[in-house]
Amino acid sequence: MAKVPVEFTLNGSEKAEFIESGTTLLHALRDKIGDTSPKGGCHQGTCGACSVIIDGELRLSCLTLAETCNGADIKTTAGLAKGGVLHPLQRAFLDAFATQCGFCTPGMMMAAKVLLDRTPNPSRDDVVEALSGNICRCTGYEPIIQAVLLTARANSQNAA
Amino acid sequence: MPLALQTFPTVKDANATLQAAGTRYLGGGTLVIRAANEGDVSTSSLVRVTDPGLSQIAVAGGKVRLGASVTMAAIASHPELAAIAPAARAVGGPAIRNMATVGGNLFAPAPYGDFAVALLALDATVVTEDGETPVETFLAVRDTSRAIVTAVGFSLPTAESFRFLKVSRVKPKGVSVLSIAALLEMAADGTVASVRIAMGCMADRPIRALAAEKGLLGRKLTPQGIAPALAAAAEGTAPITDPIASAWYRAEVLPVYLGRLLLN
Ligand SMILES: Cc1cc2nc3c(=O)[nH]c(=O)nc-3n(C[C@H](O)[C@H](O)[C@H](O)COP(=O)(O)OP(=O)(O)OC[C@H]3O[C@@H](n4cnc5c(N)ncnc54)[C@H](O)[C@@H]3O)c2cc1C
Ligand code: FES
Ligand code: FES
Repeated sequence: MAKVPVEFTLNGSEKAEFIESGTTLLHALRDKIGDTSPKGGCHQGTCGACSVIIDGELRLSCLTLAETCNGADIKTTAGLAKGGVLHPLQRAFLDAFATQCGFCTPGMMMAAKVLLDRTPNPSRDDVVEALSGNICRCTGYEPIIQAVLLTARANSQNAA
Repeated sequence: MPLALQTFPTVKDANATLQAAGTRYLGGGTLVIRAANEGDVSTSSLVRVTDPGLSQIAVAGGKVRLGASVTMAAIASHPELAAIAPAARAVGGPAIRNMATVGGNLFAPAPYGDFAVALLALDATVVTEDGETPVETFLAVRDTSRAIVTAVGFSLPTAESFRFLKVSRVKPKGVSVLSIAALLEMAADGTVASVRIAMGCMADRPIRALAAEKGLLGRKLTPQGIAPALAAAAEGTAPITDPIASAWYRAEVLPVYLGRLLLN
């Protein structure tokens, strides 16, 4: 199978790889580039564990071909913490006990991040809707919803 | 089995390549890539077109034209498309809506195809390089259609005339038990002057509720007025059975939900 070049920005740094045509972005990120923060749960679009942010939009990396991302700006949960300091979402997930086995957490954080980037003060319903494509088998969702609301409150206090 | 992707700037270039066996068009990929991940080897080669015109939404003079690559998210957030936004919002979760295209929804087998249900009620036309086809005809022959869909067109309904309902078991988002769309024009005396009703999951693809449409003409939208239409609603249907619901269940609940849609 022919190798094709792909180039994109991942969490602010330029990446260039030769990959096999037809490789999913999830596979390219995890097995070629070494960013294992997106998780492969179902490879069917149903669990959301592989969620990443492409050009500001939430996407499923398991259903996206890497070569369609040429020139894109891709963000993953691996890029959230800066210089050893946790991102407010990560802090809130810890404080609210919103992560247990942790498998869904990176996808949940990506879904929460696009929500908060656009809607800094979301309602509970907004949060539920934003996380509706992400499955968690451990927490029962409520702690995750609370963590997102907590992040929004902390952000608005910091801004005030 | 690896897939090879070929990218073309225009539909014209890509249409020729699509004639090859094992080759399919790639829209948002939520169904084709999913199938490949699941081990479907019937597709070995994918074709996509990057023409930005395919992602355009045009609303002018009461007419809407949605490029085939327009996503459900783009429709749901378009200020002039509020009347049909509920149908776009009914598709999947947020990430799926950012990927799922209008073109792909026309090909989605039940229980999917919620937006195509809306397009069928709206009597949309499906545009390819070969010309324009009414969506009802297109849906009937879609399995053998090889041409790339470039756009769909329809008259923009008013919020009062267009109704959409999706029933699912998982809240807020889940796969359809069924979906129903209705385009209703009322006469001055409060009776139904014209109506088109489309249903999802009541066959392997969206179909019209022709018997219910007939039963509604000239009737008022009251429990008594709609009773004959509800009684006839399941006529001509062949609901699907899947892990969400059996064909029997879908046929049983159809009149209940059609009633709610008409009376709300
Ligand atoms: C987790 C999950 C949840 C979902 N939930 C829903 C839901 O609630 N409701 C719903 O309706 N659907 C749902 N879907 C199905 C799917 O996402 C949508 O139907 C979507 O609109 C399909 O579009 P796509 O662009 O992703 O299609 P693709 O996967 O790209 O293509 C699907 C088929 O259509 C063909 N095709 C696509 N575009 C064109 C074109 N322009 N011309 C010719 N052929 C074309 C392809 O060749 C392929 O055969 C869901 C899918 C997943 C994975
Ligand atoms: S791995 Fe992509 S949605 Fe489950
Ligand atoms: S923490 Fe285990 S799946 Fe969510």
